[in-house]
Amino acid sequence: MKIDLMKNDTYSESQLTGLVILRLLIGWHFLYEGISKIINPYWSSAAYLLDSKWILSSLAKTIVANSTILSFTDFINMWGLTLVGLSLLLGLFSRYGALVGMGFVLLYYLFAPPFIGLEYGRPGEGSYILVNKNLIEAFALYVLYLFPSSQYIGIDRLIHSSQSNSLGDK
Amino acid sequence: MSQKNKGSNADLLNRREVLKGLATVPVLGLFFIKLWQKLRLDKLKKSNLLQDLIAENKAPSIVKEIGNNDHLRVGVVGYGGRGGHLTRGLGFATPGWTSNASERAKNNKLDKAFETFMSQTDLNCSLVGVCDLFDVRAELGIEASKNEIRSGGKAKETAVRYKHYTDLVTSKDIDAVIIATPDHWHSRVAIAAAKAGKHVYCEKGLTRTFDETIELYDTVKETGITFQLGHQNRQVEAYEQAKKIINQGLLGPINLVQLTTNRNSPGGAWVWGIDPKGNSKTIDWETFQEPSPNKIPFGEEALRRFFRWRCWYDYGTGLSGDLFSHDFDQINQIMGLGIPKYASSSGGIYYYKDGRDVPDVWNATLEYPDKDLTVLYSATLSSLNSRGNRIMGHDATMQIGGESNSGALGGFIVKADPYSTRYKDRLEKGVINSKYPIYSYAPGSKQIDGITSATSQYFANKGLLYTYRDGKRVDSTHLHVKDWLDSIRSKTLPSCNIEEALHEGVTCHMATESYLQGRRIEWDPVNRTLV
Repeated sequence: MKIDLMKNDTYSESQLTGLVILRLLIGWHFLYEGISKIINPYWSSAAYLLDSKWILSSLAKTIVANSTILSFTDFINMWGLTLVGLSLLLGLFSRYGALVGMGFVLLYYLFAPPFIGLEYGRPGEGSYILVNKNLIEAFALYVLYLFPSSQYIGIDRLIHSSQSNSLGDK
Repeated sequence: MSQKNKGSNADLLNRREVLKGLATVPVLGLFFIKLWQKLRLDKLKKSNLLQDLIAENKAPSIVKEIGNNDHLRVGVVGYGGRGGHLTRGLGFATPGWTSNASERAKNNKLDKAFETFMSQTDLNCSLVGVCDLFDVRAELGIEASKNEIRSGGKAKETAVRYKHYTDLVTSKDIDAVIIATPDHWHSRVAIAAAKAGKHVYCEKGLTRTFDETIELYDTVKETGITFQLGHQNRQVEAYEQAKKIINQGLLGPINLVQLTTNRNSPGGAWVWGIDPKGNSKTIDWETFQEPSPNKIPFGEEALRRFFRWRCWYDYGTGLSGDLFSHDFDQINQIMGLGIPKYASSSGGIYYYKDGRDVPDVWNATLEYPDKDLTVLYSATLSSLNSRGNRIMGHDATMQIGGESNSGALGGFIVKADPYSTRYKDRLEKGVINSKYPIYSYAPGSKQIDGITSATSQYFANKGLLYTYRDGKRVDSTHLHVKDWLDSIRSKTLPSCNIEEALHEGVTCHMATESYLQGRRIEWDPVNRTLV
């Protein structure tokens, strides 16, 4: 069965609106997280990594101990967040953007999970037990991956449309 | 007709396609408008802070680079803990130290001591003489001179042992002498070395007594040798930045400076280990106690005194020469204060009732009437509530080290005073907030160190262990030794030269004498006496 991606017959109008707004909000957040790191010459993931607890803490220390790996990690974070943000905002390859973005925030969650008994040096901005905003954002991105919206609203629509036009010509 | 309709329907459809495809682009536009607004506001705020004051975003490069073509032969008198650190600064570590440090680095990836040592500049010198009254330590010094695990590899010459310091300082095979003995030996060794034409690097506190200070000062001036006092804080980049801010008057009139020491461990209180190999055969106790006023026979008490000498006035001046001297030199480096007119101090032995005669809680006040300034020093060896040092101006306060709102402070911060005259308009407009720093300096903010013991954490917070050059961690002791060797070769004055040393020596002795005599001490600069 062929799904006609050109027609908005999968979601109701309000469902689509909700999904696009969620995509834009998360995209906006990622884009600013990325750009604010790019423009700050002093930013480094080191402080966050050093405070890491649980299963990834030794990996975190390995990253921090080696300045080359640390610079690489910083680079991936700065540009990864920025590109995911652009992808979600513009609706360009948004399904992949959502998946990569989910990977990023899940990693942030796993490097510093709010488990009982784990104490962190930096003060938190909320109260969490097991679930924190990173985990919620990760699963919001999973929802965006399962319910894509960029083929209706977003540059992906133009890509699909030109692809199906060229299919139609044949 | 129908063709035409079909065409315009298709156009309409395409236009709708394009509109839906690009529907979110305006959101991106809005994002960049907001980003631009935010950046503009940040810039405006920054220009109202002191950020633009220090234009360079980069650290200065490794001190002055001068030709080090002349190979220098260095001797060390006193190869204890500090002597070992100083010779590592020269480029010579014992095999025990290098294997231990590389092992530590393997187990803890954040432990950078070995990497820092190996990436030190080769100073083109050899460690050629070692003199220590404890055989075990002397042998360690000789081993260090032979260790090829160093930048620059095998040294040109290796060390021989000198039984007595007079033989070392008069030897024709030695160009320069590092003195890292207990304080009661500093002036004797330094004066003998200077008279023999040897350049001197002397550990702090400069001397044990006031009279020794004046005698040493005069000898160095007469002989014209290159003298460096061991205050490696002189190499700390943060203090050079702090000096710029103070010199521009950005703190306003400064009437009070508060310096503090907080330690809370036996090691920090000089209860150091007694080497089991130390006995009457391996230690030359009689020579050790020769310059001290009170003599005791060799025995258990003598062993304690030999290894924990800082606890007795017979060999040093306790908190004054050990820690107050560092803080005084730091503030003298930043503010150029010189010797105060008056000093008074008080304190007592309140926690370490272990037979010592130097206080473990000690507070000193220095008065500078011509500068409208009081300097307060407060030390405890039984609380780690780190207070840091504060330079308190009418317009702003500079806090160096200690705890800030966001944790331990490695560098310094400047906060505007709520009642500042200078910043009044900007405080009222809200462009600066007295709760948040208007300038902050965090050395090597992208660098991570694994500092282990509480005492090394204390020194690291005061910038006495490491500083940063081009964002790279460097041992400040290495830089300070390098500064001395560079000055010998270029015949220039090192950063903590004999004039600075005189300030430190006289000031510390004024404060010490006040405690011992129970009265205020006055400095008479004309007759160079304490009144």
